[in-house]
Amino acid sequence: MASSTYSSRTATPDSAAQALLLSLRQALYRLLRNPMTVAGVLVVASLLLVALFAPWITIHNPLEQNLKQALQAPSPAHWFGTDEYGRDVFSRLVHGSRISLYIITLVTVIVGPVGLAVGSMAGYFGGWVDNLFMRITDIFISFPSLVLALAFVAALGPGLGHAVVAIALTAWPPIARLARAETLSLRHADYVVAAQLQGASSTRILLRYITPMLMSSVVVRLTMNMASVILTAAGLGFLGLGAQPPLPEWGAMISSGRRYMIECWWLVAAPGAAIMLVSLAFNLLGDGLRDVLDPRSE
Amino acid sequence: MIRPGLRAAGQRAASVVLTLLGLLLLTFVIGRVMPLDPVLSIVGPDADKSTYDQVFRQLGLDRPMTVQFAYYLRDLLHGDLGKALLTGHEVVDDLVRVLPATIELATMAILLGTCVGIPLGVYAATRRGQLADHAVRVISLFGYSTPVFWFGMMGLLVFYAWLGWAGGAGRVDLAFDGVVPTRTGLLLVDSAIAGDWEVFRSALKFLILPACILGLHSMAYISRMTRSFMLAQLSQEYITTARVKGLSERGVVWHHAFRNILVQLLTIVALAYGGLLEGAVLIETVFAWPGFGQYLTSSLLLGDMNAVMGCVLVVGVIFITLNLLSDALYHVLDPRTRP
Repeated sequence: MASSTYSSRTATPDSAAQALLLSLRQALYRLLRNPMTVAGVLVVASLLLVALFAPWITIHNPLEQNLKQALQAPSPAHWFGTDEYGRDVFSRLVHGSRISLYIITLVTVIVGPVGLAVGSMAGYFGGWVDNLFMRITDIFISFPSLVLALAFVAALGPGLGHAVVAIALTAWPPIARLARAETLSLRHADYVVAAQLQGASSTRILLRYITPMLMSSVVVRLTMNMASVILTAAGLGFLGLGAQPPLPEWGAMISSGRRYMIECWWLVAAPGAAIMLVSLAFNLLGDGLRDVLDPRSE
Repeated sequence: MIRPGLRAAGQRAASVVLTLLGLLLLTFVIGRVMPLDPVLSIVGPDADKSTYDQVFRQLGLDRPMTVQFAYYLRDLLHGDLGKALLTGHEVVDDLVRVLPATIELATMAILLGTCVGIPLGVYAATRRGQLADHAVRVISLFGYSTPVFWFGMMGLLVFYAWLGWAGGAGRVDLAFDGVVPTRTGLLLVDSAIAGDWEVFRSALKFLILPACILGLHSMAYISRMTRSFMLAQLSQEYITTARVKGLSERGVVWHHAFRNILVQLLTIVALAYGGLLEGAVLIETVFAWPGFGQYLTSSLLLGDMNAVMGCVLVVGVIFITLNLLSDALYHVLDPRTRP
């Protein structure tokens, strides 16, 4: 009985923790009202589960070669067939999800704080700080992200770690721009001015008063960003500049399956469909989050 | 009246020049931090110390970084991007040779993307919240989420290998290769000038599939933006007035609302065109399209930094130009933005 009173909007929470719980529950309710968002959540959740339990889901070793069984069509034994070295494509896909998650997580962890820091400082301090930071951001934005990532990988050398660095280097500017725009609208808000008058330092104002207000839109942006990070990583892998064989990275799998594409369509179709599904899921999730967290847009 | 306009233009020009300089600095730095030794790639691993030092000095590598950057700028002003290892030609000549193929592909793609994307967006906006709106949203979401190189390969598999409708890899049937003299580098235009319609048909057959696939992404972007622009217009009071006057729905949508989003659309299309360059890098690799993207990737795999940096520079300049162009168009076409 008690729970039903709390779910109604008129209920007054007794403590801060309860208030937080209440607002979280309302947000979750609104998030899951949209069936498209639910689909996105389901795919992302299953991606996490698959990555977590990869060794238990698959019966074949993703790296184990068996030339006698090379290039077999999909069958009950090999759900998505086998590749040119007789490796099970399904197992490789499942283990590849770990690489995708690794890339997404690392890039997000780098890009979020960097974008937030650059954007909020530019917006809050204004003047030459703003000029300098935004000029640098403009330079990075003046390239399509894949081309810039290609240039960085070319300089650093191919490899999974370098691909992550290259993607992160290209992905922070939009976050910084967003954070700056939001900070500009907050900088003269009454509560910020009040904090200034109380003698709070700039660091404290930025960390405690401004950054929390930026979080929701930055999270939305980061989620949508994940979709394009997956596509860029797959593109780098496809061009042979991302994860190197024999790692089961989805883009690299498409690249190596390309030679056998006409006869063995599953080598290309399966990893590509996986990339599309995950990217789509993050787009749907980002759309849904935006509707909940950022009601101003649209 | 003119003063503030001039001043804004001056500020804009200064910021473009600064961005351009920063872009050059970035490509310069990327070119310098690479682990490959440029001297070794010229003299080879067996050269003795004195030859190595001589080339080292010839390349100006003994100078301070600032001087090296100044030399880099000087060479650029002379249109000198260095020699490409792959072809042995000047990078500038190579770029002039490969860019038309990419421009032909990207232009066809943006035409397809615009012609499909705009009507879809308008249609979705007029049926907001209905089935058609959701369908358009799903289509555009797929356009956003599909890896373009994978879609290209699936397209090749279905329309070339299985159905045989489209041409395969390359720009034109091998039998027609080099038949028409190169004037613009755009094969469709060249063959039309030469009046060789057989070549024209073959080129079109090879162009249509990669262009459709490349255009999908811009279609998704354009339809999404068109929808939100149209929704903003359709909720305005002048639309209600037009409806109250008894104007037909078609008249309201196309003659009133759509006319007012034309300027916004134009800027969006210009930006989408720049975005196509990114897809072109991947799609050209899939379709063996002898353009800029393929040149970039094959240079990358060889570690040919002169060519790579030349390409990156060209992309940056094209991007900045398109941004500038879309800004300028906005000011010229929309009187409300004038000071």
